[in-house]
Formats: sequence, C-alpha cells, structure tokens
Amino acid sequence: MSVMEDLIAKYFRPGRLPHIWCPGCGNGVITGAIVKAIDKQGLAKDDVAIISGIGCSSRSSGYLDFNTANTLHGRALPIATGVKMGNPKLNVIVCSGDGDCTAIGGNHLIHAARRNIDLTLVVYNNSIYGMTGGQYSPMTPKGSKATTAPYATIEPSFNLLALAQAAGATYVARGTTYHVPQLVDVIAKGIAHKGFSIIEVVSACPISFGRQNKMGGPAQMMMWQRDHGVLKAVWDRMDEEKKAEAIAAGKFPIGVLYENNDVQEYTAAYDEIIKRAQEGK
Amino acid sequence: MSRILLLQGNQAVVEGAIAAGVKFYGGYPITPSTEIAEQLALRLPQVGGKFMQTEDEIAGLGTVIGASMAGKKAMTATSGPGFSLKQEMLGLACIAEIPCVIVNVQRVGPATGQPTSPAQGEVMQTRWGTHGDHWLITISPSSVPECFELTLRAVALSEKYRCPVILLMDEVIGHMREKIELPDNYDEIPQAERKMPTCAPEEYLAYGCEDGSKVPAMAPFGSGYRWHVTGLVHDETGFPKGTGAATKESQDRLRTKLTDNLDDIVQVENYRMEDAEFAVVAFGGAARTAYEAVDMARAEGLKVGFVRPITIWPFAEKQMQDLAGKVKGILVHELNCGQYVLEVERAVAGKVPVSLFAKYDNESATPAELLAEIKKAMA
Repeated sequence: MSVMEDLIAKYFRPGRLPHIWCPGCGNGVITGAIVKAIDKQGLAKDDVAIISGIGCSSRSSGYLDFNTANTLHGRALPIATGVKMGNPKLNVIVCSGDGDCTAIGGNHLIHAARRNIDLTLVVYNNSIYGMTGGQYSPMTPKGSKATTAPYATIEPSFNLLALAQAAGATYVARGTTYHVPQLVDVIAKGIAHKGFSIIEVVSACPISFGRQNKMGGPAQMMMWQRDHGVLKAVWDRMDEEKKAEAIAAGKFPIGVLYENNDVQEYTAAYDEIIKRAQEGK
Repeated sequence: MSRILLLQGNQAVVEGAIAAGVKFYGGYPITPSTEIAEQLALRLPQVGGKFMQTEDEIAGLGTVIGASMAGKKAMTATSGPGFSLKQEMLGLACIAEIPCVIVNVQRVGPATGQPTSPAQGEVMQTRWGTHGDHWLITISPSSVPECFELTLRAVALSEKYRCPVILLMDEVIGHMREKIELPDNYDEIPQAERKMPTCAPEEYLAYGCEDGSKVPAMAPFGSGYRWHVTGLVHDETGFPKGTGAATKESQDRLRTKLTDNLDDIVQVENYRMEDAEFAVVAFGGAARTAYEAVDMARAEGLKVGFVRPITIWPFAEKQMQDLAGKVKGILVHELNCGQYVLEVERAVAGKVPVSLFAKYDNESATPAELLAEIKKAMA
C-alpha cells in the first residue's frame, strides 16, 4: 500500500468514502494533510476531536475516525470550545471553510483567538461558497465573479491571518494545497502549539470559483498556487518595494507567520481559577 | 443537616444546578436571568466546574453542547432575545440528542420589549422556536424552592431522555425572594447518570439503542468510543442518511422517546380540586395569583380548584381531557395574549367552556382580578 493508503486505512472511517467533493477540489488534500499531521504528532485517535461547521470542507469530519462533529454553519468554534473545556486532554482540531469561518462564524473566530484557547483551526480557503454553488465569501478577492456578484465583487476580502493575529491567535500559519509537505508541517506545528492556532490553507474550487473566474482547470489552479505562494523565508528577504509588488500581483507568504509561546492558554488559566475558588481566594 | 435561606428564584436555580452536578455553564448576560450567570461564575469553579461568558447567545449554547459531548452536565440561561438566538443550537441539540438545560427567564417581548417586566410570551416559542419538527421537554417552576427542585429535574430529564430541557421561568419567579430549605451537603442528592454504552467501542452504534429503549447510550468524547455528531438526518450509525425512510424513522424515534414516557415526564399539580366544579389553569408566575384567587373563591363558597401544569411540553393532554370530564368550565390565566389556552382548547375539544384571562401589561394579576374573572367565567 502507498503511504496515503496506509493513512486512509488507519485514520479514515471504513465505509464512509468516497467523499462528496468534486474532482479537482482541494478539500481532500487538506484533509489528507491534517491526517498526516496527526500521524506526525503520534496522537492516539481517541485523544483527537475534529469539529467542523457546515459547507463542503466541513464534511471532512465525518470521514475521519476520531471523536467528530459536523455541527452548524459558522458554529464549529463554540462547540469546539465547549469540547475543549469539557475535556482539555483532547486535541481539538476545527475544520472550517472561508464562508463558515469568516462570514457567519466571524465573531466566534475573533473571540476564540482572543481567549487563546488550545484549538487548531484549519481554514479551507477556496475563496467561494462551494456547496451552495459559487456565491462570494469574505475571502473572495475583490473584483472576482460569483453567482451573487455577476458583475464582480466590490467588497475587499479579509486579511484573515492579520485579523486572527490582531484578535489574539498565538500561532498563525498559511499553506496551500500545492505545497503539501509544508502544509503538513504547519498543521503539525499548529497542533503542537498550546494556544489558539490558525492555519489558512489556500485551496481551489475549480467548479464554483475557477470556472466563473476563468482560472482554468484543477491543474492550472494548482499552478496558480505554486506561482503565488511564496515561502516565508523568501518573503522575509524581500524589501518593502518588492513585497508591495508581490502583494499587488496577488502573491502571499506561506509558512509559520507568527508564533508566541508566552501567552497563557485558556483552559490552563481556568484551572488556576478553579484552584483559587477552591482555596477561597 | 439543612439550612434555611432567603433566595431569589435565579439563585435557587444556581444551587439546583450545583446540586445536580452541572459542571459547565456557557452564556451571555441578559436581564432578567443575569444573576444565574453571575452566581454560577462564583459557584462552578468551587466545585471543579467551569463557567464561560461567551461572545454571544449562540456561542453560549454552543459551548454547552460541546461540553455535554465531552461528558459534562451543562447548562445555559437566557431571556427572550437570547432565547430567540439560541433556537439554532437548540435544534442541533434535539436532532443530535445532546443533553443540555436552557433556562429562559421570560420578560416582555418581542424584540427588546420590556426587559425588567414579567411575561409568559414564549410558551409557543419554547415548543416551536427552532425550525423543523422537533421534540423537547419544558418545565416551569412557580416558587423559589421549586426553582431548585426543577433545575435538578431538568438536568435529570435531559440526561435520561437525551434532549434539551427548557426551564421556563418568568421575571416574577426569577427575581422573587422566598424562603428555601437546602441540604448542607449536596453529595446525598441522587445524580442523574447518562447511559453509557456497554458494548465494545468497535461495536458501538452511536444512535443504536442497544438496550431496546428509544434513548441511545452516549459515550463522552475521549472515552474510547469514537462517534460522529451531526445536524444532518442520520441513521443508527450516526452518519448522514438522505433517504425518506431515514428521516421518518429519525422523527418517529425522537418523538416517541418522549411521548412513550408521558407518565414519567408530565407533571401536573392539583390544588383544591377534590370537589371542584370549575378549574383555573395557570403556571409559573401566574400560578402565584391562582392559588390565592382560588382560596378567596373557596372562602366565598365557590367550588373552584386550580390545575397547575409543571410540565408545559409535552402538553398535559390526558390531564386536560380528564379535567374536562370533571368540571363545568375552565379558565386559563397566563401572562400573554393567549398561548397555552390554545392547547387547552384543543384538548378539551368543546366539552366544557374554556375561557382566557390574558394579562399583558407588565404586571402580574392580583388575586382579586383573577377572582373577578373566575366569577365572570362561572356566571
């Protein structure tokens, strides 16, 4: 068996595949990368919870053989927060799409980040609402076409990672579905990080985003990721002028963009509250 | 040993929660329920539990559902505007069968309404607030001691039947102070135990009801039984199933797991009903008026009794039908424009006249006002 077949046998639920995703979709790559990261960290399946919201990417939880929940649109983070508070020993990974996480779930995102609760949030960013057929999300680049923006979007997109970092996330990373080993690495580090981790994964939806925006097929969209994702080490070597040019060309850094291990994690902080309450202080 | 205290209804709910073994609260401050959050923020960590003030009402119930999935007894509290926001999560708790308790201390609505005034306008929202057919339990205390007792019962019912239980209060009951006798030590209070699977993890069907009952065993996340929670219609495996048969089977079990057990779930109190020829029906804060008004009627020689539904949902169908066979008329008194009365009329089906004393002006009725309405209805 190939490495991936071994991982499928070990971590995917028997009988739940094939998945519902379209040919060329990046969701399988990201879900595979999460499993590889869990394997890399050597976590027992019983000790992992995968909580997702609603949308194409959120179907991932049902395929995976862990403690899993496919919850409500935008609401994965509150439920994941409750799971983590109920059993802090669990490694809680949240799978959320760009619409799920940054639109309807945007408030939960900034507050989970602010608390620095030990969750690992993987944002499957395909720039569009895929399941409902191609409506623009807060991550759709301005000027893109969408079924609800037939003349192009006039809304700027979020700088998601800057938003999460400003809100208090203590591990901030980005990957793509083209740079897979690097993606596995940043997810694994996010899982290991004690605090709120966010990993934005730039992904492709050839059917609902690519077609409308004449981006070519899945292979062309992969090449777009190859040509636009710039390793952080390279990005950091650019001077400000070069960076501005790169950003104007739609390029973005990939890798661990920020990590702070000096902020107390939320469930650990609450344990101290329990101690104080029980000592009557 | 016990202690005698003067407590608010909201405080009695807090003590009931601690006594019931609640170990997680997630919620958002809202009048007139805020004291429940404030007191649990103080009390829960003392017993090793956890309190979270969440970013919004939705996340309040979301964290409760998550903590319940992880095996904790969990609850939240709110009032009208927050209860509206919680409807989405409430539906998830119904279909995924996640035990949880939601306290709704009603105020005047809709929208911001009158935040500090009592009302009972959420009788129907409690039953039908979230979208789709669904089934849950609603119980309503009418005194401070009963806030304690019914919080215990709400936790027990939610764990036993794996459904959300709504403790439907109103501003009168939440803020009223009364004498209450509480045990010094809650350790002696029997704790509701969630049914755990007895099979091996690899044989576990998350919604399989191995004991032949209609309530499946629920393994906490992290216990070694790995299962899937979903808000999609699912079969006994817990995984989504898109067939019409699966939808019907799911709806049937979620309904009948409660309707097969009405004797256990539905509680109704009868007050001075032995020889009553006329009955007042009221619950929660409105019941306070009814006890007094019935005593006044009796003092005048009128054969009036009082029927108090403690369980609001499932509706006390049989009890109301029986009542219609016993008395010559029924007066429903509620602090809204007439919600519970619709169900009473349906159950009574014209057998005896059913009238309504609706009070919706920010105040409870006085016993004298209710007595006047009783006399009018009896005439």
